[in-house]
Amino acid sequence: MMKSQPADLDTPLTLAELMRDAAAPDAEATGPRYWRSLSELADDGAFTEQARKAAARAQAAIHGLDDASRRKFLTLMGASFALAGVSGCAVQPAEKIVPYVEQPELIVPGKPLFFATATSLGGDALGLLVESHMGRPTKIEGNPSHPASRGATDIFSQAEVLSLYDPDRSQVVVRNGGVETWERFLRFAVDLRERKLAEKGRGLRILTRSVCSPTLIDQIRRLREQMPEARWHSYEPVNRDAARKGAELALGSPYEAAYHLEKADLVVALDAELIGGGPVGLRHARAFADRRDPEAESPLKLVAFEPTPTLTGAAADRRTPVASADVLLVAAALAKALKVEGAPDLDGKRIEPHAAAIAALAAELEAKKGKALVVVGDAQPAEVHALGLAINAALGAIGETLTLAPPADRGPVDQTASLVELARDIRAGAVDTLLVLGANPVYEAPSDLKMAEVLQNEKLTALVHLGLYNDETAAISHWHVPEAHFLESWGDVRSSDGTCSLQQPLIEPLYQGRSASDVLAALLGQVGVPGQQVVRDYWRTKLPAESFERTWRKALRDGVVELPAPAEGEAPPAAGAPKLDKVQWPAPAAPSADELEIVFRPDPTIWDGRFANNGWLQELPKPLTTLTWDNAALVSPKLAERLGLEDQQVVLLEFRSSSVEAPVLIAPGQAEDTVTVHLGYGRGRAGRVGTGIGFDANKLRRSDAPWSSPGLKVLPTDRRLPLAVTQHHHRTEGREPVKVSTFEAAKHHGEGDHGHHHPDFSFYPEPPVPQSEDYAWAMAIDLNRCIGCGACTIACQAENNIPVVGKDQVLNSRELHWIRVDRYYEGTEAEKENPAIHFQPVPCMHCEKAPCEVVCPVEATTHSQEGLNEMTYNRCVGTRYCGNNCPYKVRRFNFLHYSDRFTSAATTPSLQLLNNPDVTVRSRGVMEKCTYCVQRINEARQNAKIEGRKVGGDEVATACQAACPTRAIVFGNKLDPESAVSKLRKSERSYALLEELGTVPRTTYLTKLTHGAATPSHEEPRHG
Amino acid sequence: MAETPHDDGRRAPLPPVLAPGHTYGSVTATISDVVLARALDWRWAVGMGIASSLLMLFGGAVANLLFRGTGIWGINTPVMWGWAIINFVWWVGIGHAGTLISAILLLLKQQWRTSINRFAEAMTLFAVACAGMFPLLHMGRPWKFWWMMPYPNTMALLPQWRSPLVWDVFAVSTYATVSALFWYVGLIPDLATLRDRAKNKYIAMAYGSLALGWRGSARHWSRYKSAYMLLAAMSTPLVVSVHTVVSFDFAVSVIPGWHATIFPPYFVAGAIFSGFAMVVTLMVPLRSWFGLKDFITDRHLDNMAKIILATGMIVGYGYAMEFFIAWYSGNPYEEFLLLNARPFGTYSNAYRMMVFCNVIIPQLLWIPAIRRNPIVLWVISIFVNIGMWLERYVIVITSLSEDFLPSSWAPYSPTIWDVATFLGTLGLFTFLLFAFIRVLPSIAIAEMRELVHEKHHEAHAAHAGHGVDAAEAREENR
Repeated sequence: MMKSQPADLDTPLTLAELMRDAAAPDAEATGPRYWRSLSELADDGAFTEQARKAAARAQAAIHGLDDASRRKFLTLMGASFALAGVSGCAVQPAEKIVPYVEQPELIVPGKPLFFATATSLGGDALGLLVESHMGRPTKIEGNPSHPASRGATDIFSQAEVLSLYDPDRSQVVVRNGGVETWERFLRFAVDLRERKLAEKGRGLRILTRSVCSPTLIDQIRRLREQMPEARWHSYEPVNRDAARKGAELALGSPYEAAYHLEKADLVVALDAELIGGGPVGLRHARAFADRRDPEAESPLKLVAFEPTPTLTGAAADRRTPVASADVLLVAAALAKALKVEGAPDLDGKRIEPHAAAIAALAAELEAKKGKALVVVGDAQPAEVHALGLAINAALGAIGETLTLAPPADRGPVDQTASLVELARDIRAGAVDTLLVLGANPVYEAPSDLKMAEVLQNEKLTALVHLGLYNDETAAISHWHVPEAHFLESWGDVRSSDGTCSLQQPLIEPLYQGRSASDVLAALLGQVGVPGQQVVRDYWRTKLPAESFERTWRKALRDGVVELPAPAEGEAPPAAGAPKLDKVQWPAPAAPSADELEIVFRPDPTIWDGRFANNGWLQELPKPLTTLTWDNAALVSPKLAERLGLEDQQVVLLEFRSSSVEAPVLIAPGQAEDTVTVHLGYGRGRAGRVGTGIGFDANKLRRSDAPWSSPGLKVLPTDRRLPLAVTQHHHRTEGREPVKVSTFEAAKHHGEGDHGHHHPDFSFYPEPPVPQSEDYAWAMAIDLNRCIGCGACTIACQAENNIPVVGKDQVLNSRELHWIRVDRYYEGTEAEKENPAIHFQPVPCMHCEKAPCEVVCPVEATTHSQEGLNEMTYNRCVGTRYCGNNCPYKVRRFNFLHYSDRFTSAATTPSLQLLNNPDVTVRSRGVMEKCTYCVQRINEARQNAKIEGRKVGGDEVATACQAACPTRAIVFGNKLDPESAVSKLRKSERSYALLEELGTVPRTTYLTKLTHGAATPSHEEPRHG
Repeated sequence: MAETPHDDGRRAPLPPVLAPGHTYGSVTATISDVVLARALDWRWAVGMGIASSLLMLFGGAVANLLFRGTGIWGINTPVMWGWAIINFVWWVGIGHAGTLISAILLLLKQQWRTSINRFAEAMTLFAVACAGMFPLLHMGRPWKFWWMMPYPNTMALLPQWRSPLVWDVFAVSTYATVSALFWYVGLIPDLATLRDRAKNKYIAMAYGSLALGWRGSARHWSRYKSAYMLLAAMSTPLVVSVHTVVSFDFAVSVIPGWHATIFPPYFVAGAIFSGFAMVVTLMVPLRSWFGLKDFITDRHLDNMAKIILATGMIVGYGYAMEFFIAWYSGNPYEEFLLLNARPFGTYSNAYRMMVFCNVIIPQLLWIPAIRRNPIVLWVISIFVNIGMWLERYVIVITSLSEDFLPSSWAPYSPTIWDVATFLGTLGLFTFLLFAFIRVLPSIAIAEMRELVHEKHHEAHAAHAGHGVDAAEAREENR
């Protein structure tokens, strides 16, 4: 196919041509059939040139096609490249069909291995253990030795395995739209290095996201030593600028605050997502849940003021919706009541309805001095952070519930300012080379910077982009290098508390990706130094030489680097007392009826857009709205009423001369005049999953108003956009699926009405199978610990090969999640502006008297001797009677061939590697549901049998349980009186869902407890 | 009880069950000519054309279903049963009239059944055929349908006997088998008549082989009669059992709105209700198009209308009892569904329409003039057909859509493929009916001849003034 005339090479290829080429490769023109390395191939310059042009034409052809034929085209393109011998796309490791002659150590087919590594998000890190089957990473668990994880994971890290195998990841080095090789890029890098060394780095800029890799930071430091005029910019769309600037205002230096909820009795969250969003949220969530235990001395009380409902607000004992701009007023009122020195005297008229509650709260804080904590969210301006620090100092929190340390991320303090400066310099023509390492500024920069335009400045002659995807920035870059996933590369990360972890590859890079370290190594003149060497070399300088090898190996094994104790002089200087004298209090910019307030938030599941192509995260219901596959403009019920808006109605959001169209979603708990939009959607080049869905909120974002600002106009249109919401009904209709009581009642009444002992009484006959006397598996879910984050759902999806079904199927309520998190609003119609919010994870109940088993005509769902309600997939004929007769509606049906829908073997072989080999992949027409991770029970049983013992009562951990950040889910043997689950089942708080039906569920719940009255309605009057 | 035309002076005399003046010959000729002699009727051709088109639509819908899966329908989680099950129950219900008319009315010696039983039985068979399609097609893996049968296999696995779906398999297949046998046995003398009257040799051979050598000897008649009566006796309990078992699909479950002890009688009454309505729907145009008004008289319409009225009242009682029990039981889920969701919720339109069609409209049948007005009666029968379809819609959809946990509630709406499959079975049904009309005698010739005989003796007895009442006279003549 490379025989085409040169003239042809500049015109886009047609599908027909490509099919012809793929069908009849020309032996003479095709690349060598066998080669040892890509460089060997690349030596054939003319050949490469042809291949590059052909690929460019292919790419042009792709963009001219509609979706369906594009998909077909992609498969063909893969085939044609393979035939051309350019890229076999190292899709999977070579398959061995003969047994090993010498068995490699530890590799036992069917036995997974676990490796420690770590991930990072927003400049913070999370330690992980990755399950690997025969060289394929399939499942991510938290690393119990890592302080942020303690064995738990968040939704993002759970979903990373899918990103690893994502067939849409960038697979080839691209230069000006044509295919290139890494070797040619290296040649470019070496030239660049020589040139820049001569120029002392003038005109060279590096743009990263928040960096927490000590090696990378060191490489950048070394580069800047060699090229002193080079500059490092970093920008993270979800950044902590305000918090650092606030600390700078109050303390004189950008200290990072760490909160110790485990020491706190009373926490006030001011627009803070304390228990969600990234690694630090996990740490807080665990501490929060532990401190909410009714056994605890004085259970923690949480009070939240926030413009838009968050997990923190939902978990709070009292949450008050206030506009983002009014949070300052709340903080000022608290400060004044607590007599904080330098507290501003602001007009508190807008928060008048809450004045009494704030005064009472101040008194409570006063009484809890030393055990109280005020947390200000990252979305609040620096002044509020400064004020928060001052309040905390007045409460004696600093050093107790709050400690201050220099930030883990060593980049620029004010990332937004740093990006603004970069844009200004490029415009001024002062930048000729920009390395964008892992960032995507064209999509994620505030819109006033016009980054797409800026980056095409003609003085900028070398724009180099390293990224997981060939994204918006890659499209206009001169060079694009595919980035290696963290599961494919060497690296290291430092978490916010200083814990360092090593990242080790679990698989050869699937798509020949390179890490940021590799690119910087090239610029540092270390061409060809392997990634492992770079990381090791860095750590050699940090760890004692005599025990280096031992420490290194131990760090790889444990996932945490044992750092030597800092010498006396090395300890960072302690922060002084916060002072407010330098703070300029902003003029009140409160929203009004015509000028609504816009609030930006990272998306709860796809964050700033980096996870946009991850189907698991797209389909995970966003915790408070249960929305999937889209973002929406969240409005309060009152505002919706005032503007005549309905769910799914498209509105035009106008903010400072920019506008976007967005569907409306009415969110109870939203502040009245505030509209929330989530970042991360409206991607132009995310991949087949994430491109073109939702709207791009970055278009409204400004560098001077990154998180919120008044001045938004909402103009209704008469169009509607269907939104795939998984829960259509939000009230409990007088039923009590979630039981709520108070800590006080739990303490005083003991046997009170806050929980029931579920009698195992039922009219239904015993299961026809004799029950085991050794094992009876059961699960207890503590609603008092559950924060509704959804990690269980994603963990289950990863463990059990649950397919993604797509927006159209979710719209028709056909999502396949085996464990769902129900969300209920509690309160009267009048309280719909601020209802209490409850979460309830619902897996299969594994009823002892299961209604589903009785009605199956073919015995496809039966009772095991250990009480599991089992599905035999290949016996199921799909009458769906079991699904109908399940009172909990936890059964899921393969209405279509979902397992092949997004992961067809023909188009996406890489996704086949993702499946857990211990779990059957279900075909269409078959019912499925939660199995209590029966594969994990069986593994434990095998181990126990080999060791000649019984399976321990707490030995088996289900996937949802393992991932749960708050340890809300407990699984085990209820016949073992010492097991955690049998103890929890005996708790006074224990109850079964719909126990009056006599189904005798094995999954039970524990009553949720709050401070004060069970319903927040009694706490304070609702405001408008 | 059939009344003699003159035994009640206060009311207008009832029309006869057979128009006067017919002889054995005229009866035989009129009925068999529809099959053997009449030219192709344009109305038949148009009807057959429409039916065939719908049948092709059915083929397309089924092919798509098998290729892509049940996901082409509107079903979801929680509403995992949709139009397929609604249609199944609807068609099975319609399939009740035939056997009821043939068997129960035969045993009760209702002579007016004679001219409509053959047609009603055919309708039953075809309706059951349509009904049988749905449980097969609605399965996720329809090619495994035989796993529902007890067959010997190496896994020694039998169906799960506690499941009402297994009972269904037996109930419906038994019903279909017995109905087909009953129908075929009844056809034997008429097939012989057609054999004898056919002028074309091959047609004669075809009917002849189907007539199983019937020669009309006294021994044949004697054995035929006892076989027919035995089959009637066998079919009778089936009329009650089939829909009772179908109602168990719902009643045995735990779902509010399904789990109700009233379901078996209420379903059986509903089945007869809809079955008779369908007979009226088909009979009224048929008798006019094929000149059969002498055999299917206004008397027949009147009697059927009375049965529709009676069963409609039972169905109405069923609705009322559902309300009462929901309130009386204090079960919050049932209370919500019946007192709130159905009359006032998402599907309230369907519910209200159902009550209108099934309870209010049939009240018109109290008026004798309406019972005997074919056009009005026909319109009412259409209402009942729609109403009974809606009843199944209300039962299946509303109960599943909003059951125990509000978090799982989700609305249901059908897709174009649901509609296509339903229209397709309507096509299959009418296709079979139209074919039947042209191929087999749609009125039992032998039984009509018997009726002529009886009428003759009745008239003779009345004339002779012996004072015996008609039933006794018939008994004597037998």
